This record gives sequence, structure tokens and C-alpha cells, in this order.
Amino acid sequence: MSLDLRIPMGLMFALVGMILTAYGLATRGSAIYNASLGINANFWWGLVLLVFGVSMLLLGRRSQKRLASMPPEPVDESRSRLGH
Amino acid sequence: MLNLTSVDWLIMLLYFVFVLGIGFALKRYMKTSKDFFQAGRALPAWICGLAFISANLGAQEVIGMGASGAKYGLETAHFYGIGAIPAMIFVGIFMMPFYYGSKARSVPEFLRMRFDEKTRALNACSFAVMTVFSSGISMYAMARLIQALHVFDGLFYAMGWPEQGIFTFSIVLSAVIVLAYIFLGGLTSAIYNEVLQFFLIIAGFLPLVLLGLRNIGGWSGLKASVPLQYMHEWKGVAHASTNPMGIEIIGLGMGLGFVLGSGYWCTDFLVIQTAMASKNMESARRVPLIAAVPKIFFPFLVILPGLLAIGLPTPHTTTVVHNVNGMIVRDTNVVPQNVEEGCGLVPAKINPVTGKPMYTASGQPLLDYDMATPNMLLHFFPTGILGLGLTALLASFMSGMAGNVTAFNTVFTYDLYQSYIHKGGSDRHYMAVGRWATVGGIMLSIATAYAAINFNNIMDTLQLVFSFVNAPLFATFLLGMFWKRATGHGAFAGLIAGTATAMLHHGLTLPIEARPGIHGGWLAVIHHYPSDMAQNFWTAIFAFSANFIVTVVVSLSTKARPESELVGLVHSLTPKPPKAHNVWWKSPEALAIAVLLMAIGLNIFFY
Repeated sequence: MSLDLRIPMGLMFALVGMILTAYGLATRGSAIYNASLGINANFWWGLVLLVFGVSMLLLGRRSQKRLASMPPEPVDESRSRLGH
Repeated sequence: MLNLTSVDWLIMLLYFVFVLGIGFALKRYMKTSKDFFQAGRALPAWICGLAFISANLGAQEVIGMGASGAKYGLETAHFYGIGAIPAMIFVGIFMMPFYYGSKARSVPEFLRMRFDEKTRALNACSFAVMTVFSSGISMYAMARLIQALHVFDGLFYAMGWPEQGIFTFSIVLSAVIVLAYIFLGGLTSAIYNEVLQFFLIIAGFLPLVLLGLRNIGGWSGLKASVPLQYMHEWKGVAHASTNPMGIEIIGLGMGLGFVLGSGYWCTDFLVIQTAMASKNMESARRVPLIAAVPKIFFPFLVILPGLLAIGLPTPHTTTVVHNVNGMIVRDTNVVPQNVEEGCGLVPAKINPVTGKPMYTASGQPLLDYDMATPNMLLHFFPTGILGLGLTALLASFMSGMAGNVTAFNTVFTYDLYQSYIHKGGSDRHYMAVGRWATVGGIMLSIATAYAAINFNNIMDTLQLVFSFVNAPLFATFLLGMFWKRATGHGAFAGLIAGTATAMLHHGLTLPIEARPGIHGGWLAVIHHYPSDMAQNFWTAIFAFSANFIVTVVVSLSTKARPESELVGLVHSLTPKPPKAHNVWWKSPEALAIAVLLMAIGLNIFFY
């Protein structure tokens, strides 16, 4: 299977992260954060998701590049543990 | 109450786009029926492992475990510590070599290889029926929850559509999305999306737990706000009257650990199919073990929201008086009666006819525990991250549904259609049948969901019937894989006897404070159990034992199969799985020990 799941998944989380971070920045100090105990949940959690998404994306890209450079080799086992 | 803005919709839309996008991207890889039904048996272990738990992470898990956490406290974690983890280790280490090594394409097909045609037909038929109904129940629960949370109310209002359409809209929306991505990408698509859903559920629920814990004052604050026995998993478990679930240790250990947990995690094709899709034997054995690692930590994610909901202060109608530039402003926050009479964030149940809260015989409000987790989302999440939380909730419903649907199309195509209706067709033909079986399966699920509206008891009845069919299953697999003398006649008779025993036991016993009927005692009441959970566990124990004994007795009195036919299917006749060239700590056995130690550690922590 040559579609590495980490690429679409990383992309999705990076996008969601960006949306939340941007929205969090735009709504700084808004009353909507009374619900979340005064914490800007959108900004901080958006940031976490952004980092997760981008690292997934990078991991997926790297393994795909390596696969392209040496086609006969099967996927390296050690790479397959969760990396985030 | 629920105020969704465009950010929330944007996140939900983005998720739907990616889910469908993955389906479209995978379409060009679907060349043979093996690609479609078995993901080409080429996926890496970590993907299959996360899909393995995500397939189970449906509505029952996310909503039900939160509800159970609110109702019984941390004792709910037994479903993980006793129910799931040991069974996952067992299936990975001991059973996967036969499932994967036999080259069977489904669990019923394994039964045909090991036993005979009639055992397979029995299992395939009951399994196909159950998957369709379960995904229908999942759909119904989701549509009801969407209605209760008023997720689409704003959208419907803006569009000028009638409010009654929300139920149908929710069902059709989820059905179309699940159908599209499975139709296009088969099992690979279902597995990829299950992994996506797995991470989404963490992304949606982890901040909820963190905010909830912070609000209540951390772990010690939680301890101070709920009754003492809610915080202990093991204390008081020796006797039924000293723990919230009302179960004694033998019923719990045997019923949940040995019979129900193993019956589900070791024999249900819904989860086994993901392990069978991995690329080699070593990976297949690692799949349930990799799945067990996050599973150990899932109590924090799904049980804690319920426990926090019950521990938080109950909202009351308040009036705050501000003085804004000399003008007196009264801010009244009106809380509905059912919320005020609830406990913490768990509202009282509303009688759907009168619209008034319902009470127990002793005058206590009846709590609607299923709303514990959803109410936590609404309480803590501001718009933005609320969209993420609701998307996670939708994702969990869809992943449960998708697992059922792919299990159904495989079993239908291979075990029913190819075996009994149309033998010897081309591979393309079976792939087309599989695609149309997906459509048919989803149609039947929708019909089930609608039937559930009209017949109140249908969900309870279906779940009861499932438990009768499922309870004895594990004995058949255990004897089949580890006792070479077990025969097809024995297995078939055992399964029938096990199911019959389950029905009989249920018909003769009753939980305390229940009327004879759907809860049991429909034949006669000869024994009372302290809770329905205890009754459940003991039904499973009796069914398992009956199956075990009948299979052994009938097997011994029928002709054994020649040993040469059982190589690769029975433990004592199968050569050890080939050792990969890995170092010792990468072997499935080492991983299993690490998982076991972690699970024990967590149980000690929750003592």
C-alpha cells in the first residue's frame, strides 16, 4: 500500500490546529473562555494539534522519500512504532 | 443552549472532507477482492493496532463508559483491566497464529477449516445478522444524541427545514459518509479512517479531562467530591454488597475476564479483521498488543469524564446583580428543572410523555447517565474546540459503524454468498458483491435504526439476543485451537447448548428491583442477583460452561478428524511461528509482558 496514512492524517490535524490557533488568537480575552476556566482552550489545544499534525506529516514524508529511493526494501519495522 | 459558530462547522466539514478523501485516494489500490476485504494483507502493525481498538470505540464505548463511570465510579475500569487487556494479550500471543496462519479470510471461515460447514454457517449467519443490527443501534444512538444536544438545530433553523427532520438527516449523513468511504476503499479505508478517528477522539476528549480535573481541583479534588467507593477499582470487590456494581470477585473475574472479555476480543471478527489485515505473522501477533497499550490508558479518557460529571457541583438557577455605570443589571441564569435535580452535570431523566423529571420508587431523581460525557463537552468547551469535541463524538459513532459494515460485507460475501449462493465466480464478481453488500448492510442498519424509534424495547431485546449468541463462543474457539480431539459435531452441539443455556438462565433469574420480562425471569424466578451486571456475567459463565461440557462430550463420542488435516489449526500440531530476525525485546512475547506489567501497575494505582 503506497498511501502513507500519516500524510493525510498529519495534514488534517495541522489544518485543524491552525484553525483553532488562529481562532484562539482572534478571540483572546473573550467571554467564551469563561466556560473553559479562563483558559484560551482554542489557542493552546490548537497549538498542540498543530505540532502533532506537522510531526506526523514529516514522519510520513520522510518514510515515503526513503521508500522511493530504495524501492525493493520493505518498510522498516522500527519506523512503524508510533512517533509523536 | 448550544451555540455553534462557523469555526465549529469548519472543523466538522474538514473532517468529513478528509474521511471521504482517504476513500477516494484508496480507490485506485482496490484491484482484487483481497485488497477490498482484507486490505491486501499489507498494512503495518501500528495502523492495524490502533484500528483494532478504534473499531470498538463506538457509541457504546464513549458514551457508555462515561455513563458507567458516573454510575459506578472507577470500578468501571475493570472492563479494561480484567475484561480487555488480558484477552488482547491472549489473542495476540496464542490465537493469532491460527487466525493469521490458517489463511482464513474471516472468523467463520476459520471455523469451517477447523470444524465443519454447519458450524461455519451457524456462526456466519448469526454474526451477519448481529453486525447489521449493531450498526443500526449505533446509528440510532447517534441520531438521538444529535437531537438531544441540538447540534443541527441551528442549521435547520437557518435553512428553514422542519425540526423533525433532524433524526433522518443525522442518520442519512452518517450512513452516506460511511458507505462512501467503504464502497471506495474497502477494509483499508475503514482501517485508515478508524486510525484517524482514534486520534480525533483523543484530541477531543483529552482537553475535556484536563479542564474537568482542573476545575474540580485535581485528583485530590475529585477524591473529595465523589463517594469514597467510587475512587476504588478493587476495594470492596470481594463481596457484592460492598461495591457499586454489586458483583462479587468470582462473577467478575470469570464472567467478565474469562468469558465476556475473551469472547469479544478473541472471537469477534469486528476486531479480529484488523489484525488479519496486517502484513505478516509477526505484525498480526503484535496488533492486539499494540492496541492494548493505549487501551490501558483509555479509562482516563472515557471513564473520567463521567466521574468528573458526577463530582462537579450541580448547576442552580442564579441571579447575579451587576452595577454597570450606575445601571443595575440582573443577570439570571435559568437552569432547567431536570438539570437542577440531577447530580453534578448528570441531569435527571425526563419522561418523554409528560416532559417532567422521573423519580425512583424512593423519590430520588432518576439520572440520565448517558448525558454525562456529552454534557461535559457542552459545559467546558468554548466554540471552536467544541466543534472538535462534537466531531470526535461523531467520529466515534462512525468508526463503530464502519467496523460492523466491513465485517458484514466480508462475512456475507465469503461465508454466505460464495459458499452457498454462487460458487466459482470471478474475483471481480465477488468484489462487486462485496461493494453491494456494503450498500445492503447499511440499508438494513438504517431500517434497524427506524425500527428502534417505533419499538421502545428493540435495543434492549437485540442486545439481549446478542449476549445469548456471543456468550458461549469463546469455549468453541478455545477447544478448537487447543484440543485436537474437538470435532465439528461437538462444536455445533456446544454452540446450540451454550445459547440455550444462556436463554434458560436468563429466563430463570432476575436482578433485584426488576420486574420479570426483558430483565429476566420470564420463565420463573428461582434466583435473585444483586444487579443486572451480576446477572449478565453469570449468564455468560453458565453459557460458556454448557458449551464447554457439551462440546467435550459430543466430541468424544464422534469420530475425530485425522491429525494431518489439523496442522496449522490446532496448537499441539502446529510448528512454532517462525522467529523473525528481531532482537528479543521486539518480539510479541516481550511486548505482551510489558503490557501486562503496565496493566498491573495501573490496577495497583487505582486500588
